[in-house]
Amino acid sequence: MLAHPPDHHPFSAQALPDAELLLTNLIEQIRPHVTPETGIVGIHTGGVWLAERIHAALGIISPLGTLDVSFYRDDFTKTGMRRHVKSSDVPFAVDGARMLIVDDVLFTGRTIRAALNELFDYGRPACIELAALIDRGGRELPIAARFVGQTLDVPPTMSIELTRNTAGTLALQLSTN
Amino acid sequence: MWLDPSNPQLNTNGELHHLLSLEGLPAEVLRQILDTAVSFAGVTQREVKKVPLLRGKAVFNLFFEPSTRTRTTFEIAAKRLSADVINLAINVSSQSKGESVLDTVANLAAMQADMFVVRHAASGAPHLIARHVAQDIHVINAGDGRHSHPTQGLLDMFTIRHYKGDFNQLRVAIVGDILHSRVARSQIHALTTLGCPEIRVIGPKTLLPAQVNRLGVHVYPDMHQGLKDVDVVMMLRLQNERMNGALLPSAQEFYKNYGLTDDKLALAKPDAIVLHPGPMNRGVEIDSSVADGKQSVILPQVTFGIAVRMAVMSILAGNS
Repeated sequence: MLAHPPDHHPFSAQALPDAELLLTNLIEQIRPHVTPETGIVGIHTGGVWLAERIHAALGIISPLGTLDVSFYRDDFTKTGMRRHVKSSDVPFAVDGARMLIVDDVLFTGRTIRAALNELFDYGRPACIELAALIDRGGRELPIAARFVGQTLDVPPTMSIELTRNTAGTLALQLSTN
Repeated sequence: MWLDPSNPQLNTNGELHHLLSLEGLPAEVLRQILDTAVSFAGVTQREVKKVPLLRGKAVFNLFFEPSTRTRTTFEIAAKRLSADVINLAINVSSQSKGESVLDTVANLAAMQADMFVVRHAASGAPHLIARHVAQDIHVINAGDGRHSHPTQGLLDMFTIRHYKGDFNQLRVAIVGDILHSRVARSQIHALTTLGCPEIRVIGPKTLLPAQVNRLGVHVYPDMHQGLKDVDVVMMLRLQNERMNGALLPSAQEFYKNYGLTDDKLALAKPDAIVLHPGPMNRGVEIDSSVADGKQSVILPQVTFGIAVRMAVMSILAGNS
């Protein structure tokens, strides 16, 4: 949903990159750097959709993990508990694992900070890499993704998120905050 | 933002600020607690069974009446949320020196309490405290007199949903001393709100409230009839002081008519589950072979109780 007509704003749904193409590109970036034992963890909800695709495309044997970082968010005292918290599930041994966190949009870095804290409550990984479909800048913490589908200069008044239709096709969507 | 005058548990946004009773809470609030508890149940399976949500918060367990299970599970829940927990068994401290409940609470609030978990023999004591605390303090009722025991009711709902999926096809029986039971009252309110179509209460007439059918339940003085084809059997504890008074001839008599034995349980559906809030009187309201049998979910109830109390505390703390 757009609050401003496209001519008043540099962004429109039409101008957004194709999420499926970005994902293909992201998978090829990641491919040389993983083994079948790499522990892949997607962050709810968009990151899980991407992680499922990456996990399948790269023939990872280690089962896919998912994180809902609600219990680790730093804005809990301001915003309270979110209505629909999902369960985190990390079904492999985190101790000593080489891991890849997957998220749809990298912005302030606070979600990734929360995800790192949560993962360390499962064990002590050997290393953690980060993959994001979109890096929209605006970082508030010293966090960077090794694998990025595309950087996109989204204005601070707007949100960008991943959607998935019933056929499983991924797309990017803009909305105003 | 302040509290809704028609339901002082909710703030004006309809969010839970105190948990005093399940009566009058919307289904959406109950479901949010149960859904959040599912996620907390996962946390307790991990290497580090702690999340940082209540870091720096002080939770005071104010137990004006003795309790082991409820106090311990509240303490574990608060600690797994990283809160600092202070346990006070008040019947042995200031109350014996004549201090009033509100003075006790005012003193503890002055020690920067963020949350009070209150158990009291008098119905309404947690409501009284909730009315007098500062706006940023949350109160949870951990059982007040005959009135309410909302977290027990919630953990029972969590247990039923865990084993049975949804409520809208279920036939549930609550058995025993309904008259004196705050647990039964909380269960009936929660089951009704969550859409359970048939709630039965089973017990001797002397232990059934006079107008219990006004709550929308079906009354069965005969346990054999009441248990027929039910999906869930919720046993209540028979309190010792009731056993030899005017209300009941004896514990043996009660066991004969209302004790849950394998024979009686066989009247329920073959996959029926058996709940009990504890502590159990084996051989009075429940036979050991049932309590320890494969249809019993009494120990899982205790485990689920931790996740449910984590959910309640974290939702309250977030609604400041």
